Amino acid sequence: MKKNANNKISPVTASRGNGRKIKNDVIFIAALLILAALAALALFVFRSEGDFVTVTVNGQLYGEYSLSENRRVEINQGENYNILVIEDGYASIETASCPDGICSSHRPVKHGGESIICLPNKVVIEVHSASNGAPDIIA
Amino acid sequence: MKKRLSTKKVAFLGLSASLALLLSWIEFLLPPLYAAVPGIKIGLPNVVILVVLYLVGTKEAAAVSLVRLCVSSLLFGNPVMFVYSAAGAVLSLLLMILLKKLDQLSTVGVSVAGGVAHNIGQTVVAMLLLDTPQIAYYLIVLTVTGTISGIFIGLCGAFLTKRLSKTKFFHVNK
Repeated sequence: MKKNANNKISPVTASRGNGRKIKNDVIFIAALLILAALAALALFVFRSEGDFVTVTVNGQLYGEYSLSENRRVEINQGENYNILVIEDGYASIETASCPDGICSSHRPVKHGGESIICLPNKVVIEVHSASNGAPDIIA
Repeated sequence: MKKRLSTKKVAFLGLSASLALLLSWIEFLLPPLYAAVPGIKIGLPNVVILVVLYLVGTKEAAAVSLVRLCVSSLLFGNPVMFVYSAAGAVLSLLLMILLKKLDQLSTVGVSVAGGVAHNIGQTVVAMLLLDTPQIAYYLIVLTVTGTISGIFIGLCGAFLTKRLSKTKFFHVNK
């Protein structure tokens, strides 16, 4: 389907004698990394202590729990469960029935907008702060 | 008259698709690299897609990607995983095709864009499926890991393309 494909191929991928593209690559990659760094910085600077967590199961609100009192919440949905633990202002998932265990190995969260998400069980734990009207929106 | 697919091309694309599938499987077997953020992957099948994109053509790369996507979801996935993979694969493929046409970036840059686009696609689907915009936070980490793995995959793809284009197989007109 391509005529003279061979003549065209080598210059495209040659790593030498192709300075312009390599330079563009570097600029592109640097831009991506800087963007990510700026976003991370913005998140870090604008984060605020959370006051309560909301638990959402399958898009539906399951419950709201204050971070100021220690407690254990079992989020059951038939066979599946996630155990939410609130201790010393931090929320974490202690154990869960999901196969990957991503939620239970997630570090404890306490800042507004932070979340623990269990994709298999469709459970989302989200920290909110009462002081801020819209704590979840990234600056 | 309609142009027929040459036997050679059929064979090469079939081989590519099965190689991509094999790489998907290897990646599926690997443990998650960093459990706190789901979706961090090396993107091994993208090596094959890149090589086909550069050596054969756009339509062929799309076909190989589609076959890999469908068969890998059938074999080791579930419908939900299919939606995630499809969003990533389609967005990544479209962006890579576009960037290759624009001809401003080398294979590495195209691969990085593809990797990050894959992550963006999956994140957007997760946001929609779970109705949780906060998942966007993952993109910060995913952009960095996607870039790193994209560089690696891009280098692999570039070397492979370079070597393969010099072989006898690709010197005869398709």
